[in-house]
Formats: sequence, C-alpha cells, structure tokens
Amino acid sequence: MSTIQKIRVQDVHKSFGKKRVLNGVTFDVPAGESLVIIGGSGTGKSVTLKCILGLMKPEQGTIEIDGEAMTGAPKAQRAALRRKIGMLFQGGALFDSLTVWENVAFALTEGRGKARAEAKPVALEKLAMVGLDEQVAALYPSELSGGMQKRVALARAIAASPDILFFDEPTTGLDPIMADVINDLIAASVKRLGATAVSITHDMASARKIATNIAMLHEGRIVWHGPVGDIDHSGNEYVDQFVHGRAEGPIKMQVRAL
Amino acid sequence: MARFLASIGGGFLDFLASIGRVGSFAGTALSHVVRPPFYPRQLLQQLWQIGWLSLPVVGLTAIFTGMVLALQSYTGFSRFEAANAIASIVVISITRELGPVIGSLMVAGRIGAAIAAELGTMRVTEQIDALDTLATDPMKYLVVPRVVAAVIVLPLLVLVADVIGVFGGYLVSVYALEFNGANYLQRTLQYLETEDVVSGLVKASVFGLMIAIMGCYHGYNSQRGAAGVGTATTNAVVSASILILFANFFLTQLFFSR
Repeated sequence: MSTIQKIRVQDVHKSFGKKRVLNGVTFDVPAGESLVIIGGSGTGKSVTLKCILGLMKPEQGTIEIDGEAMTGAPKAQRAALRRKIGMLFQGGALFDSLTVWENVAFALTEGRGKARAEAKPVALEKLAMVGLDEQVAALYPSELSGGMQKRVALARAIAASPDILFFDEPTTGLDPIMADVINDLIAASVKRLGATAVSITHDMASARKIATNIAMLHEGRIVWHGPVGDIDHSGNEYVDQFVHGRAEGPIKMQVRAL
Repeated sequence: MARFLASIGGGFLDFLASIGRVGSFAGTALSHVVRPPFYPRQLLQQLWQIGWLSLPVVGLTAIFTGMVLALQSYTGFSRFEAANAIASIVVISITRELGPVIGSLMVAGRIGAAIAAELGTMRVTEQIDALDTLATDPMKYLVVPRVVAAVIVLPLLVLVADVIGVFGGYLVSVYALEFNGANYLQRTLQYLETEDVVSGLVKASVFGLMIAIMGCYHGYNSQRGAAGVGTATTNAVVSASILILFANFFLTQLFFSR
C-alpha cells in the first residue's frame, strides 16, 4: 500500500541548453518532516526547489504535492497548490515599493483578498514572532540590514500559515550569529506551524539545526538521503567530503564554465 | 556562402520568433484585463506614475515643438506670401502628428525605460517568483495595471500636449512674428476639425499600449545581472520607439487616405 507523501519528486530532469542540471532527482518528504538538501554550488538545489514550486517546468519526471500533480497541472491548480506553500527566497525577494508590514501581509491582502485593516494585525503578529517590533513595520526593505530583511522574508513566508515551507539558502550572506538566530527562528516557525519543510543550503551548521532528514544532491542526482543524526557516519564518500569541507575526494570542483 | 545565407536565415527566424513571443505576451496581458482579480491600487499608482509625472516632459516638448513649428512655417510660407496659414499649419500638425508622436516618444523614453528597469530588477531579485509563491499572478499584478494605465493616460497627455503646442505656436506668432492674437486664434479654431484631434488621441492610445507592452515584455523577460536589466531597458525604449513610428504611418493612412 502506498501512502500519500506531502511532497513527492520522481525522476525529475531539467536542462538549460546543453547543460543538464537535474538528472533524475527522486525523493519523498512525509508530512511533518524537515528535509534539508545539501550540495555544492551549481548542483541544482535551487532548480529543484523551483521545479517543485512550479516556477520551472522539468523536461521529465513528476512532482506531487499532497498527491496532486504540480508538473503539467493547469495554471489554476498550480496556483491552488502554491497557496499551501510559503517560501523564503535566498535574497529575501522583498517588494521594494511596499513597507515591511505590507510585504508580510501580501499573501493575505493581494493573494487572498483580505482587507488591509484585518491583515495588518496578522502581519504585526508574524513580525513579533521573528523578533521585529511595530517600528520596523513601517520601514521599507531598503532601510533594513540583511539579517532583518531575512527575518521579514521569514515572517512573509509564514504569514498565511502554510502547510509547507521552503527555504532557499536561508543563512547565505549573514554573519554566524545572525545565521544562528535565523536557524532558530526557522526551526521554531516550522514546529509552531506543524509544517513540512524543505530547505536547501551548503551551510552544514544550518542543516544540522533545522533538518530532521538530509539529502545530498550531486551532479543532478540525490546521492544520499538519511536522518540528520547519520550525517557524520553516512558511509557515503560524497557526503563525507562535503560535511568535512575537503578539497580532495570524489567531488571535483569545476574551475571553468562548461 | 551557405554559412552566410544560413546566418541571415537564422537571424530572420529569430526575429519572427521574437515577434511571436511579444504577440503571445501581449495577448495574455490583454486577456487578463477583463478577468479578475483586479488591483485598483496598482492601477492608481501607475496612472500617477505614467500620467501626472510625465506631464512636465510632455509639456516642455510640446511647447518647444509648437514654437519651432511656427518659426519654420513662417520662414517657408512667407516666401509664397502665405504666412497667414501658420495658425492652421501649427494646429493641424500638432494635433494630427507632432503631439501624439513626439509626446509618445518622450513617454517611451521615460516610462518604457522605467517599466523595463523596474520589472527587470524584480525578475533578477526573484520578486516576480515571490509574487507567484504568494498566490498572486504577476501578469495581473504587474503587467495589467501598467498596460491599462498607459492606454488611458497617453491620450490625456497628448490632449495637454496639443493645447500647449498650439499655445507655443501662438506665443511665437504673436510676440515674435507680430501676428494679431485674435486673428491667430480665430484661424486656429476655423481650420481645426474634430477628426484632427480624435485621430491623434486614438493614435496616442495605441502608442500607450505599445510602450507598456514593450516595457513589460522586456523587463519581465530580463536576463540575469545588471547587464541583463540594462539590455532590457534599452530594448524596451528602442522597440517601443520604432513601433510608434511604424504604427503611426499605418494609422495615418487609415485615418486620412481617401
């Protein structure tokens, strides 16, 4: 008997011109799991996430959310599935022309037609959850530090209380202390919402903190998938090289463009 | 020789493909104009940006165009003792051609570039992807308000340009060429027909559509990085300007060839 997974990715292939980025990516994420996909730069982590979100169309393979197909689905069905998802983008992707609270409330006001007066208290509550007060709410994103922008982006991702949360390199560009603060906030938010989470990162400290399971992506394939507690004795030479940050090993760094 | 012909053929096919992509983009944008949800706040903001904030540049262009037109007409027509025709030449030239064409070219420079740069930056910083994940269709939220605003506002701008342009001609004729003011105004109104003004306003609406579509298309499909946004901005202004001049010929033929 096959159980319905929260997210199911099967044999996904994606190329850009002659460059093959995903080469048969397959994994399942059960409800309530926090999966972190690790891997070097350019291994296809972001592309995997964008394919799951339906922002990119794979050439081959299937992606399902709650048993419903995202790949090949009509636009309305993709939009309905996306309503279950909150996403924290690598650079925050906050809207420059809107204030902080308008950014956080966006999924409610524009996405779900909620009145601004109703949405503002929700936005302030979510901002408080990530440690930001009302004074910040009236500022514009350009007036915030990188760490504060990440917090606002996290508040925006959780504003509509989604079932699924995606985090794209949540700690990139942050100092170690702020990175740890963001990791704690992510772990707490996922727990509070009871959400299923998929994160991509090459920051092992972040992975250890927010993952229940880890998958390693290399050359467009998942080469290892297991519980976070097994990461240091995975028996996989790719994982060992990546976790210990060694230059020598089976992963060869590409020094010039293909 | 074969390679040379192949490169010409390849370039031509690319050109046809790009026309197809723009046509498809425009068709999608226009189909969203009548389908909810609508974003009136965005529309009002664009009416302000494209309309009110373009008034100074359109007004300045119009007044100098009218003044130069009066001066040049006088230089030419006084040789045939037809200087009295200046009033009618100025008003017909301004309302039929110079108001809509020069006004629209100036707006293409100001607004076409601004739209492409803004949407291009949003593409590069993943803000357009973020809209998708926040259950908001970027086509409806970003493109439709700009297109509708440009179609509404361009005729109004051109109407203002017509009045200011005629006033420019009046200033030069009365204060520099020593025409009688009352006679000048009488001749202006005597030879002006409703069709002259209406044709210019219809042209302006079509040009507004072209400016917004080209700005949105190039910005929406901007390539990565600062260079990508720069290229998108340049392409938006150049393509909109060429389309305006191209369409002006056919619209003029449609209205006035009998």
